[in-house]
This record gives sequence, structure tokens and C-alpha cells, in this order.
Amino acid sequence: MQSLDPVDVVIVGAGWAGMIMAKEIATRTSLSVLVLERGGPFRGLAAYAEEMDEIDTQLRFRRMESAAEGVFTSRSSYKDRANPIRQFGDYHPGTGVGGSSEHWGGTSPRFLPEAFTLATHLKELHGVRKLPDDLTIQDWGITWKNIEPCYWRAEQMMGTCGKAGNLNGEKIEGGNIFEGPRSNEFPNPPHVMPHMPVLFAKASKEFGYHPFPLPCSVLSRNYVSPDGVARVACQFCGHCAFYGCMVGAKASPSSALLPVLEKTKNFKVRTGSRVRRVVHRDGRAVGVSYVDDAGKEFMQPADVVMLSAWALNNARLLMLSGIGAQYDPVTGKGTLGKNATYYVHSFCDFFLDKPQNSFMGGGGMGMAIGDFSGDLPANGAAEGAYRGGTITAPARGIGPIVSFGRIPEGESHTNWGSAWKKAVLKWQDKSVVFLCGSTHFAYRGNYMDLDPTYKDRWGDPLLRMTMDWADADRKRDAFIAKKATEIAKAMGATGVRARLTTNRPPGTGSDHSHGGTIMGTSPETSVLNPYLQHWKIPNLWVLGASAFPLGEPTATLTIAALSYWAADAFIDRYVKRPGELA
Amino acid sequence: MKRREFIELSGKSIGGLLIYSLAGEPIVLNAQENTVKVPLRFFTEHEAKVIVAACERIFPADESGPGATQAAAMIYIDRQLAGPYGTDKYRYTQPPFVESIPEHGYQGKENPQETYRAGIQKLGKDFSELDGAHQDERLGAIEKTHFFELLRQHTIEGILCDPMHGGNAGMIGWQLMGYPGPQMSFRGQMGKYNGLAYRTAPQSLAQVLRRHVKPWEDEERG
Repeated sequence: MQSLDPVDVVIVGAGWAGMIMAKEIATRTSLSVLVLERGGPFRGLAAYAEEMDEIDTQLRFRRMESAAEGVFTSRSSYKDRANPIRQFGDYHPGTGVGGSSEHWGGTSPRFLPEAFTLATHLKELHGVRKLPDDLTIQDWGITWKNIEPCYWRAEQMMGTCGKAGNLNGEKIEGGNIFEGPRSNEFPNPPHVMPHMPVLFAKASKEFGYHPFPLPCSVLSRNYVSPDGVARVACQFCGHCAFYGCMVGAKASPSSALLPVLEKTKNFKVRTGSRVRRVVHRDGRAVGVSYVDDAGKEFMQPADVVMLSAWALNNARLLMLSGIGAQYDPVTGKGTLGKNATYYVHSFCDFFLDKPQNSFMGGGGMGMAIGDFSGDLPANGAAEGAYRGGTITAPARGIGPIVSFGRIPEGESHTNWGSAWKKAVLKWQDKSVVFLCGSTHFAYRGNYMDLDPTYKDRWGDPLLRMTMDWADADRKRDAFIAKKATEIAKAMGATGVRARLTTNRPPGTGSDHSHGGTIMGTSPETSVLNPYLQHWKIPNLWVLGASAFPLGEPTATLTIAALSYWAADAFIDRYVKRPGELA
Repeated sequence: MKRREFIELSGKSIGGLLIYSLAGEPIVLNAQENTVKVPLRFFTEHEAKVIVAACERIFPADESGPGATQAAAMIYIDRQLAGPYGTDKYRYTQPPFVESIPEHGYQGKENPQETYRAGIQKLGKDFSELDGAHQDERLGAIEKTHFFELLRQHTIEGILCDPMHGGNAGMIGWQLMGYPGPQMSFRGQMGKYNGLAYRTAPQSLAQVLRRHVKPWEDEERG
């Protein structure tokens, strides 16, 4: 194995988590930063325009990681056998500079303040005895006061659009009055809304709810970030989630960070470099080993190693490197792989009588209500659900193939032939959907370890995800979906039908995965300290949603905020005095 | 080397110019009379005829508008099967292959090429010569198979794909659906057509960008 010239900091993975950290270090210190990225370089906006093709980009995942290389395996219980993800379904792993942060939709809500101390919060509210025995959610080790300024920095960098509903404690109609207090109004105003979200807002108001524009990091106007990066407003082309933005209106590492990084002398990204191990000796990381596209192996020495390779890959890299004690669901011992979470994200499908022009729009756009988010009163349907969630009426923009064939139940008894075709044409462009998202608690039986059977292209075991829904998830899901169907019916919809996430086993393949290397207040119960520094190896940092002790529907803004939080700790404290920060 | 196979299609049946009216009544104008000879990449001529017939039963031309044959859905399928998709180049194909819950997706060993070869045989040698009712009977008998699931999905894709993939001839599928193609901007329209259909003549990606774009299946051919 060829050993390369050492660098000060090596970062594994060029998505939001790693690129925010790289930008902070490269612009605020003189340390050399090398980002190793398994995929290719950023190919430019013209290439993104050429990828506005539903077949290659959205259905064949041409620009994403190849499933052939080995993704992960999953099962519902530790007693079952796991099957590999053989082709992508709900799971859309980006690759190349920017990672999945290039093809995300831009939805950018903050978590509620109590999410960061939810374990304590629920115990205080319900008492330990009323909570499920196998609940393993725990506090993050940080509070709203720590994370709020970091949220604000992430929003300014991305140019997030929205309307504040709680400005320093003052509730403002038109925004989400149920959100945590913001120190500032959004950097950009909300988008123009199309038909369905407008109807949704009207109907919700009649129920007495408080509709607000979903925070979205796709620009509503031309914008210059505090980093000096200029980006133009969204064109509503409808090729947003799954696609790179052909005008750079959607915030992504390539559009919002790369222009700054390219001007620095101490930053480098090396593509086609797939990291297989964190190399460590005597309680210190000494670098990483990786393999290039030609299969050649390299050792990259570094003073500090940071992992930001996506939640499951972060956990897997630590497992493959023999760092930390593997979690065991039977004994509850060990921390690595613990608190695997997904997201509770069900749908309410329905039909309107007018065409929706659903090909227009942008990923994170839409209207939402937060009236059922946070704590639920312990009555009726809410009992045992503990927490609620958000209902969103999206305006995402959708292609003709993935939206094809949606008809109300009973309109055709087959899914092919002339009668079916006529029903499809009748309802074409009239099918719409609400998204209902809520917290996924962590449970004792939901975890990650290495699969004993299936291996990747290089012979390393795949990560194995073990996960099932619990009663509280199902109740929460059903409760919110019921509220969504009520609103849809009030909008004059036909064919209203809730599709519960919790009807099918989770963990069979989503990129919305969290946990595995969770942060917390004690090395006994978490892998990372509250600054995302590894408890046992102080020069190893792990960024991204693998640090989340619980799952929320939209993780991106919080991933970004945590990277700013960790960057401050690293730059202001660790660099000055390397060692354990907690 | 394998003999190059062609299929002769009536020009009348592919790529007539269509105008989408707001009432949802498509009208074929300007249909050509000549036949076109299309080179096949994967199917034999006989297989192609079976697939043309089967796709047409799945999405038939009728009083609601043109069908899979006119959109040339078979050409799309032929090219996909000959490309990386057809041989599972980007699917995880390490054994053991064990059946699982539907949520795990297709867990079988057969690649799409193999699934089609075997599936076409099941439809019978005489499939393309049968009348519609008998064809439906045979398709109904395999309705629950992985092959049918693929065929149905690919038929839809072949009708609604960008024309660079070989299907959606004359952008017939897009016109039928009222889809305008990958337009660069709807800034002038967003929020202004509430409840009204915004319909414009569709444009393909190559037309919008004014340059040739190579689809994945062609890229892999070198």
C-alpha cells in the first residue's frame, strides 16, 4: 500500500457535513484539509441540465452510487435473516462531490427545541413508567441555545426561504408559530405557491390551524450569502429532488460552498477515493486507507480524521476499523450501531377535480401545518403516540413516469388495458399528496452491525440494518395521517387514502437513516461526545446524521447546523489544545 | 457475430404529430404513410413483434388516444435491455439469492434480459398473431409474474421517456399526458394557472438544450 504525504485534516465524504467542516477549517485556519470522495468531481451546471431525464437520473440512478458495489442489508428483527438491497427503491445514495446534498429537495425545517433533550423531556412529561420499556432515546448533550445560532448560519449559507413564526419568542401569524424561537427572520422570503398548497392553506385555516410556507433552501430570489457566494432564483423546472440544480438555485455543496473552497490554498478534494478503514494506533487515528477507481490501495496519513460518509457508512467504517464496542440488542451493551432510526413519513393520497400542472415546482416547496407537532395531549387517538408531526402540502415538481397511473381506488379493476388507460388519462395531473412526517423514536431492537453473509465489491462485509416499527410509531403515524385526510376531504378531494409508513417494515432501504454513532453525554451510552468528537479517540470526529440519537423526517439542516457546531469546537478549542473536549 | 435484426414498423404507427386539446381529445395529424426499418439491439424480430403486441394490450390505442405501438415503446425496451440495465450491471448480484418480503424488492438471480427471454416464450410463439381478446387471456395468465411487472413498467417508460431513449416517438406520450418536457423555466407560469392546465408543445431534452444528449444505454455502447 502506497503511503501518501500527510495532511493536517482528512475528511471522508464531500456532502454537506464534510464540506461545511472543510470550508470552516480552510477559511478560518491554516491547516491543510483534504476531502476524500468516493465518486467523481463536480461536473458543472451544464451537466446537470443534461441530466434532466427521468429515465437515467430518477429511475436508473445514473449519477448515484452503483447498487452493484454493495449497499446494505436489512431485516425487521435480530432473529431474522437479512436481505441485501439489490436495486434502489426508497434509497438514493448520491456520490461525487456534494454527495446526496446535490440531489436533495431543499426542505429545511429546524427540529423543535425539545428534540435535543427529548429523553428528559418525555420523562418529565409522562413519567418513566408510562413510556415504553424498550425506548432508548437519549439526550444529545446540546441544547437549543447551542444549536440555534448554528441553524441560522446554515440557513444563511443555503439562503433558506420561509417566514418566521417565532422571532425571539414573539409569535408571528403566517409563519410556523409552533417552531422554536428564531433569532432572525429567514434570509429569503417564501416562494410563490401553486394551486394545491394554496387550497391546503385555506382549508387548514378553516379548521383553525396555522399554515406556513415550508422552509426551503431553493432560492426564491437572487441571493448573495455571507460567504460572498451569489446564486440565482429558482426556475420551478420541476427537476429538483433526484436532480442536480441546473441553475444553482438549490443550495448544495457545489453551489454554496465550492466557490469559497476553490479560492483557498489549503483545501483539496480527491475524488475516486473510497475509504475502507480508519487506521489507528494506541488510541489515536493516524489516517485512513482507501482504494481508487483502479483498485489501487493508498494510506493517507493525517493528524485528524473526520468521517462524513453518510450515517450508515460512518457507522460501518468504525465497525470495519475495529473502533468502539458493537452494540448488542439482547444485553443492551455496547454503543456502536445503537439507536438506528429512520423517519415516520406517511402519505395522504387524493385527487382534485382540476389540473395541477404538477410538473412545475421545486423540491422543498409547499405549505405545512405544525399544529400537531411536538407533544400531543394524552387523549383519544393521541394516547401512546407521545409526539405528533407536521403535515405538508408539497409543490415538488414531478415527472410523467413516476406520477403515472395514479387513479382513485375502484376506478379500474386491473392496472393495464383500455379501461385502465382511460381512468389514468381521466385523473392525469389531478393526483396530489400530503406528506406527514414525525419523529422516529429509538428502540432497543433497532440497530446496525456488520452482515455475516453479504460483502461489497472489495470483500468488506455490508452493514446490516435491523429495524421494526413500534406501537408508538404506528399510533403517531395513524394520528397525523387521520388529520391529513380530514383536511384533504375539506378541500373537496376525492379518493382520499392514507398510506402509512408504518404498514411496511422500515429499514428496507432509505437514505433517511440516522444513528449508529450517536452523540451524548457519556461514553457509556454514546459513541461521540457533544462536539461530535469520538469519546475514545480524540483526533477522530464523526459528522452527519449518524450522530442523531433519534430520527426526524428532514435531517439536512440539522446535519449542517451540527457541522457548524462541531467546527467551532474543533477550531476554537481542539486546534488550540488538541485533546478531549468533554 | 449475431445476425443484425430489424423490425419493420408502419410509419403511420409511430410519431404522428399530435395536438393535445384541453378537453383531452388528442388528434393525429400529419401521419406518414411509409414504413421504417428499425435496427434491433437485443430482441430478435420475432421477440420484437411479441413485445409490440403485448405493450399494445397493456396501453392500447383506443378512442382515448394513441397507444404503446405508436409511441414505439418496444424500441425503448429493446435499447434498455441491450444497455447496462439489461445485464444488471448496476444491481447487487452477489449470492445467496433468497426470496424476501416485497419491500426488499426483486431478489431474484435473473437479469432483465433473461427475464424477457423466458417471459416471451411463456406468451407463446403465435402471440402476435392472436386477436386482442386471446392476447389479453395470455397476459392475464402471467399478470402476477416478475416479467409482467417489468413489461408493464417498461411500457409506461417507453411511452413517457425522453425520445432520446427510443420511445415516446413524436413525443406522443407527453402530448397525451399534457407534459411539456424538461423545460428550463416555469417562472412565468408558477402560481398563475391555479386549477387551469398549462399546456404547451412538448420539447425533448435535446431540443431544449440545442445539443445532442447521450442516454446511458448509448454511453455504454461507446
